[in-house]
Amino acid sequence: MKRALHPGLVATLVILVLLPFTFPNSYFFDVAIRVGLSAIAAIGLNLLMGFAGQVSIGHAGFLGIGAYASAILTSSYGWPPLAAMLGAAVLVALLAFLIAKPMLKLKGHALTIATLGFGIIVLIVLTNEGRWTGGPDGMSVGPLAVAGWQLGNEKQWYVLVALLLLVAIRLSLNLYDSPAGRALRALHGAEVAAKVAGIDTAAYKVRAFVISAVFASVAGSLTAHYSGFITPGLAGFLRSIELATMVVVGGMASTFGAVIGAALLTVLPQLLGGLESYEMVAFGLILMLTMIFLPRGLVPTLRERLRRAGK
Amino acid sequence: MLEIRNLTRTFGGVTAVQEVSFRIRAGTIHSVIGPNGAGKTTLFNLITGLYQPSSGQILLEGESIGGHPPDELARRGMSRTFQNLQICMNMSALENVMVGAHMRQNQGLLAGMARLGKLVRAERACAAECVELMNFVGVGRYVDADASQLPYGALKRLEIARALAAKPKLLLLDEPAAGLNHTETQEIDVLIKKVAAAGVTVVLVEHDMKLVMNISDHILVLNYGKKLAEGTAQEVRANPEVIAAYLGGAAAH
Repeated sequence: MKRALHPGLVATLVILVLLPFTFPNSYFFDVAIRVGLSAIAAIGLNLLMGFAGQVSIGHAGFLGIGAYASAILTSSYGWPPLAAMLGAAVLVALLAFLIAKPMLKLKGHALTIATLGFGIIVLIVLTNEGRWTGGPDGMSVGPLAVAGWQLGNEKQWYVLVALLLLVAIRLSLNLYDSPAGRALRALHGAEVAAKVAGIDTAAYKVRAFVISAVFASVAGSLTAHYSGFITPGLAGFLRSIELATMVVVGGMASTFGAVIGAALLTVLPQLLGGLESYEMVAFGLILMLTMIFLPRGLVPTLRERLRRAGK
Repeated sequence: MLEIRNLTRTFGGVTAVQEVSFRIRAGTIHSVIGPNGAGKTTLFNLITGLYQPSSGQILLEGESIGGHPPDELARRGMSRTFQNLQICMNMSALENVMVGAHMRQNQGLLAGMARLGKLVRAERACAAECVELMNFVGVGRYVDADASQLPYGALKRLEIARALAAKPKLLLLDEPAAGLNHTETQEIDVLIKKVAAAGVTVVLVEHDMKLVMNISDHILVLNYGKKLAEGTAQEVRANPEVIAAYLGGAAAH
C-alpha cells in the first residue's frame, strides 16, 4: 500500500520509454501525444468522478478555457507560455471554485445536467467572442517555448507529455492513499458515514471539482501549444462526453484506468478509420460491450479477475 | 455529558419524537428501547445532526448543539454506527476504519498529492492504530480484505471500529446486535463493555432485551415517540407501562 515505487508507475515508465522505438513515423508520435494530453485531463476528472463520485459532463469547458486563456495571454498580451499556462490554471481554479459551491449542492443527475450547462455556456462564449477567440474559425497559438528554448518536433513533445503524464499519475496515486483521497472515496461510498466521521463532504466536493478543473486547464493549455491552432470544438459537448467516457471505461477511481481509457478512446477511432462512415457505430458498439461485460471498467474488473486467477 | 430537553421532531403530520427529555452521564452505558417505530433511530439522527429538531434542545457538555452539522458534532467528540450499515463498499476494510480517524490527520488535498515524508509517517501510524482497532473489535483477520468481502456480522463490528477510530467521547450504536446470531450477540455484549471500560460513554438502541438488560446502566423506553419510562434495568423491567407496551394492554393487568 505504501510503496515509493508503484509497480504500475514503473510499468508505465518502461512502456513510455520503449514505445517510441516501435513508432514507424511521426503520425504515431502525434497519436501518442494526444493520448497523453487526454490522459492528463482524464486523470484529473477521475479525481472528481471516480474518487468523489460526482459526474461531470462539462469538463471540456475547463479544457477549452485553459487552451484559449493560454492562446490569448501569449498572443495578445505577450505572456511567456509557462506564465500563461499558470495564469490560465489560476483563472480556471477561481472559476471552478465560484461555480462549484452552488452546483455541488445538487445531487446525481441534477449536478450532471448543471455541468452540461456550464460546458454549453463556455462553448457559446468561445464561439461568440470573436474578437478574442477568432470565433468559430478558431485562432492560432504560438509554440511552447521555455527560456528561449522552443519545443519543435513531435519527439520533444512526446518527452514532455510523457514526463507530465508520469507526474499526473504519481499525484493521483498519492492522493488515492492519503486522508484526503480516502475522504473523497468515502463520500462516494457512504456520504452519511463520511459526515459522521467528521468529513466536511461539501468542502471536499468543491476541492475535487477545482483540482480536476485545473488538470483539464493544464491539458488544454498544452493542447493549444501543441496543435498550434484551436477551435471552440475543443470545449464542445462531445469532448466532455469523451473525457467522462475515458474515466468510466477505464474504471472509476482507477488512475491507470483513466490512462487506459484515454488511450482506448483516442486510438480506437484511428484504428476504425477504415470503416469510414461506420466508424462511430463500431466505436459506440465497443463502448457498449465494454460496459455490459466490464461494468466496473477495464482496470478494476481485470485486476479482480487476475487476483481470483492467482488464488 | 448529553442532555436532551423537550426534543420534538415531526415529519409532515407524524410526530416521530415528542417532548423527550433525558440525561446521559459520562462513562455510562445508556440504552434506548421501544417497539418498532417508537422513534429510536429518529432520536439518534437528531442527536448526531442528521435531522434538525422541530423544537427542543440538545446539549453536549452544556453547549447547545441541536441542528449542528454531523461533521462538526464529530469534531466535538460524537461518533456513531448505523442500523442499516453505512460502509464504503468501494474501499478496503482497513481504509473504512482509517476514514474514522480522518479528523486527526492532515486533510489537505495538496498535501495528499505531494505525500511528503511527514504524511507517509502519519499514515503508517494511523494504519497501525486502525489495524489494532480491527483486532480490538474482532475483525483483525480482514485487514487485507475489501469491505465488500466481509460478512454481515463483521461489517457491524467494522462500523464500531470506524467509530472508535475517531476517539469519541460519546459513541452511539444503532442496533449493534441486529441480524447477528446468539454467539455474535454475546461477543458484541463483551465488546461494548470493553469500549465503555475504556472511558467512552455509550448510548445504544437495541431490540435484543437480554443484551440491553445485561449491559445497561440506564434505560430509556420510548413508545410512539414519547418517553414511557426511564431507569435501571430492574426498574424498567418492573414498570407495568413498559410491560403493557411490549406485551399488549391485556398482559399488564
